[in-house]
Parts: sequence; C-alpha cells; structure tokens
Amino acid sequence: MANVFTNIGNWVNERAPNMMPAYRKHMTEYYAPKNFNLWYYFGSLAILVLVNQIVTGIFLTMNYKTSAAEAFASVEYIMRDVEWGWLIRYMHSTGASLFFVVVFLHMFRGLMYGSYKKPRELVWILGMLIFLVLMAEAFMGYVLPWGNMSFWGAKVIISLFGTIPVIGDTLVQWIMGDYIPADATLNRFFALHVIALPLVLLLLVVLHIAALHEVGSNNPDGVEIKKGPKGNRWDALKPADGIPFHPYYTVKDLVGVGFFLMIAAFIIFFAPTFGGWFLEHDNFIPANNLATPSHIKPVWYFTPFYAILRMIPSFFGTAVWGVLGMFGAIAVLFVLPWIDAGKVKSIRYRGTGYKVALGLFVVSFFMLGAVGAGITAEVIPEWFGNVDVTFWENLFGRAMTLLYFGFFVFLWFYTRLGWEKTKPVPERVTMHD
Amino acid sequence: MTKRQLHMKHYIFSLALAFGLLLGSASVQASEEGGLPPAGTSVSDQASLQRGARLFFNYCVGCHSLKYVRYSRIAEDLGLSEQEVMQNLNFTGAKFGETVVSHMPEDSAKQWFGKAPPDLSLEVRAKTADWVNAYLNSFYVDPSRPVGWNNSVFPNASMPFPMWELQGVQTAVKKPGSEDEIEKLELSSPGKMTPEQYRQATRDLTSFLEYVSEPAALQRQKYGIWVLLFLAGFSLLAYMLKKEYWKDVH
Repeated sequence: MANVFTNIGNWVNERAPNMMPAYRKHMTEYYAPKNFNLWYYFGSLAILVLVNQIVTGIFLTMNYKTSAAEAFASVEYIMRDVEWGWLIRYMHSTGASLFFVVVFLHMFRGLMYGSYKKPRELVWILGMLIFLVLMAEAFMGYVLPWGNMSFWGAKVIISLFGTIPVIGDTLVQWIMGDYIPADATLNRFFALHVIALPLVLLLLVVLHIAALHEVGSNNPDGVEIKKGPKGNRWDALKPADGIPFHPYYTVKDLVGVGFFLMIAAFIIFFAPTFGGWFLEHDNFIPANNLATPSHIKPVWYFTPFYAILRMIPSFFGTAVWGVLGMFGAIAVLFVLPWIDAGKVKSIRYRGTGYKVALGLFVVSFFMLGAVGAGITAEVIPEWFGNVDVTFWENLFGRAMTLLYFGFFVFLWFYTRLGWEKTKPVPERVTMHD
Repeated sequence: MTKRQLHMKHYIFSLALAFGLLLGSASVQASEEGGLPPAGTSVSDQASLQRGARLFFNYCVGCHSLKYVRYSRIAEDLGLSEQEVMQNLNFTGAKFGETVVSHMPEDSAKQWFGKAPPDLSLEVRAKTADWVNAYLNSFYVDPSRPVGWNNSVFPNASMPFPMWELQGVQTAVKKPGSEDEIEKLELSSPGKMTPEQYRQATRDLTSFLEYVSEPAALQRQKYGIWVLLFLAGFSLLAYMLKKEYWKDVH
C-alpha cells in the first residue's frame, strides 16, 4: 500500500514538481511558534465552520425553492419531510452564528497579541476583507428562509443605501429589483449567497493563509521567531522556536475541534434556536409586508453595528451619518495597523493604558450589542422604573459608541506621544507548560 | 501558585466569562416573553401528545390548519396506528399521507371573523409554548366584541372560544378605578372540567402544538446524547494524541 502512494507521489512529482513542495511549505515544513495558547484555535476552527457551511449549504440547495411564494414552505419541507433535513438545516443555521463567535474571538486574539502589526498588515487586511464578505454572506443567507424577520431585516438594511444623497432611492430599487424586498430580491440574494460570495470568501481565505505563511505566525509573546536563533531538530536553518505545523499543530487543533464540536452539537441537538438568538421567533412567521414585527432587529452578530447606526442622530436633513458610523466602525479596523504606532506587539508587555483601553473596547462592543438587540430598552424600565427610556437608551448607546471609537483615538495618541510604558520583551518565546 | 497554574486560571476565567455572557443573554431573551407562567409542556410525554391531538382535532381543526403536518407523521410520532388516526383524528376525509387542512372556506372565514384563522403548524415556534398555553387559559366573555369573547393575553383577538364548554365561562375583574386594565379572570360558571383538569388539557394541547411546530425535536433529543458521547470520546483521544506528540516540545 505504501508503495502505491509513493508511486503516485512520484508520478505527480514528475509532472508537477512544485505541487508536493507546496504541501510541505504549508504543512510539514511550515514552522509555527511553539508557544501558541488557547486563542490560537480559532483560525483552524473558522476553516472548519466554513467547510461545514459549504457542505450543508450544498445539501440545503437540493430542496430549497428560490421563490418568494415557495421559499418558506420549502424550508419547512426540509425540516419535516427531507431525511435528516432538520440536522443539515440546524448545522447550517448554528454554523452561521458560531462562525461569528469564532471569527470575533480570532480577531480579538489579533488585537491582544498585536498580530495586525508590521510585518503582518497584509494578513490583517485580508482578514478584514473576509470579515466584510462574511457579513454580506450572512445577511443574504438570513433573507433566504423568507420569514417575517428576513423580510423586514432586508427592508431595513437595504433602505440604508437610501440615505446616500441624490442616488439613494434609485440605488435601493436597483438592489431590490422591486419597490419592496420581493421575488427578484430573493433570487439575486440566493445567487450571491450560494455562488458569488462563497467563491470570493474561499479566494480570500487562501490569500489570508498564503500571506500569513510568507511572514510566519505571530505568538502570545509577540516575538519574531524568524529573528531569533536558527536551528531546530528538523532543519538547521529554520527558527529554533518553531515546530512543524504538521503534526504538532494538526493534532493540537484536533483537540480544539473536539471541544468546539461538543458545543456545536449541544446547540444543534438541544437548543437549535438558542432561546431565539440563532433562529428568531418572528422568522417562523412567513414574510408579510403588511405585518411589521414588534421589534425589528438583526441577528445577534450584527447588533453592535446596528446599535451604532441607530445611536447616531440625523442632522443637516440626512440620516447618512448613522450609516457612515456603522461602516466606519468596520473601516477603522482596516487601518488599525497604522493607528497603533506602538513597537511592542503582545498585551503581555504593553502598557497598562493599552490593557484598560482594550478591556473598555470589549465592554463597548458587548454593550452596543445589548443596545442593538433591544436588551437595554427592556431593562431600563425594569431597573429604573418610570423613566424616559428613549432618552436613557440614546445616552447610554451614544456613550458606548464614543467608547468604541475612542479606543482608536486613544491608541493614536497613546502610542505617539510617548505615554505608553512597556515592559521588556523577552528574546525568545516563553513556554508555560 | 506556579506560572502555569496562573495561566490555566486565566483561561478558565475567560471561558467562564464567555459562557456567562452567552447564558445571560439567553435568559434575558427568555424573560422577554413578559412574565407568562411556564407552560410546563413536554414533547417527550407521548400520552400528553395523544390527548392534545384529540383536543386539537375535536376543537381546533374546524378553523385552523396544520398545513406542514401529515396524518401519517402524527401516527408515527405519537405511537398511533393508521386506523386510529383515520378514525379518531381525521374528520375531513383526507388521505393518510396528506397534510392537515381545515375545510373552512377562507373567504367565509374572513367575513365571519375579520381575518382568516392562522395556520398553527409553527404557532409555538413563533409565539412560544408559554404564550400559547396562557392564551388558551385567558378567554373571557366580553359583549362588546363581535363574537362575544375577548382574551387578556391577546386583547381583542377575533377568535371565539370553542373550549368554553370544557373550561366554563370566565369574566374579567377590572383593576379598581380602571376602565380596561384587567386584574384577574374569574370563573363565573363552571364547565365540564375542573380548573385543574382544564389546565392539564391546555397543557396537553400546547404540547401537541409544540410537537407539530418541530417534529424533529423528538429525533434530535434522541440522537443528541449519543453524538455528545462520541465527541467526548473523540476529544479525549485527540487530547491523548496531542500529549503524546508534544512530549518533546519544551
């Protein structure tokens, strides 16, 4: 048997001499720092979820009907009459939410350990592009079941483009292909969701990993292992603190996969709607342009950005500022490598100011999520009694919006005016076990 | 405490925090239903589902469809034979493999009630079991409404109360000094059932509607535990494999 594989390997090698080395370059001879911790599981988990979304998505398209008249019923057909259809659908819907959990943690890891800093700016930008495409992909996928929240969510989000001066209204009709979200909208969103955006997503993921493997992975100490001493057990010229990705990190990531799948399986089998957070109550009602849900809100992963949109008031007779703020909240992350001028990468050795600021940034993100999901509108009257809910919600939401953007403003001055007192960074990576 | 332990503590703390936030948000969503009493339903109680099905087909199907649910599926999931379902539950002459369709003409329904009675296939998923159960317990006589009935959970609902002969007749007791705020509902004339029997009956009916809103719940709860056990074994093996490979990394 081993002989057969060797022969096939040789046969391929004679015809495409660069293909086998590509495998070595990215797996057996990709030297990753040996000190990765828990936060380094989420990259490979994101790939796992991406594969899950593609495979389950293919099976869903086999029974889904792309038409405003049939879409909702076809989803129920999948849930009830297709063999194991419920499992495939729950894997896809749970996967969508867990994709964002994993990607948010992956991005936070980058913030903590300065993985966006030189020389990895390109890796970060490609990652941010992935995030942007993922948001579009998730939004369009959410419209496909054609529930009432699909319809009204689509209506609200698409109408954001209507705030653009002069061309706004025409643009909105062009996107929808109708005056309201309708059959034409559903069909084009289906095409984008199952073909166009996944192709772009896959290409970006390949580029993200290719760019990463050019410069090498960062690590919890933010030490460049390529600049350290050379020579390890496998190669005299490679970094001393590096270990081959395969088998070391493949077996380690397998542990992460096991634990992640346990959480995913628990949700899929025992709480597939996750209390209305992953699949919303109003989306079990068919789309109806005459019946507005009592609270129109996006799925949880969009709520922080949706809150920024709602909290920024309109002035000079236009509501475009909220839209700019919402997109600005993402755009500002793109340029983070040039906002943060600090020389030290890892939070372990950065100044206290950075640690506090990052903590507050996380708090603002969660609190904006609470505002966007309507939680603050619920708890303000509950906790404080008969008060002006809108006033206090706006005050709180605006404070959190300032805190979110304040992180980047603070970081600019903090790292340029010499306020940051860093700790000495070790020469080599440190191991804690 | 060694540095390693300190780091472990760090991880455990972050994980606990993350899960706390997740669970916290889930419970906020749960409490959003507005303090309705818990329905206490269970889709794994087959006897309750059977009693609920009997109530549904005696009192509800005249107006409400279950257009995504097949008679054959009800038989399979509720442990009933084809004969039992066709004789005791199917009064419309539909075939065994067909879905549950009410024979009320939609146009007439709109005339009689102002709007067509909704399909109930997904009612529990859209409104929650607590809501449906509370709704079934909250009808009261109100001569100002076209059909003579009103509902304190869903004010001005256009639905008459078909189960009044079971529960009896409730009247609304208004809050002192208020025209329309309801303090409580009082049973002014008893029905065929005692209040306790009626509460159980509505619990059965809600359980049945919960089942029809997601028949897959029976399967996922059955398989879920085995999937989790398999994954636990997989994770343990993966962990041991990792330990073995990483022995020489220092």
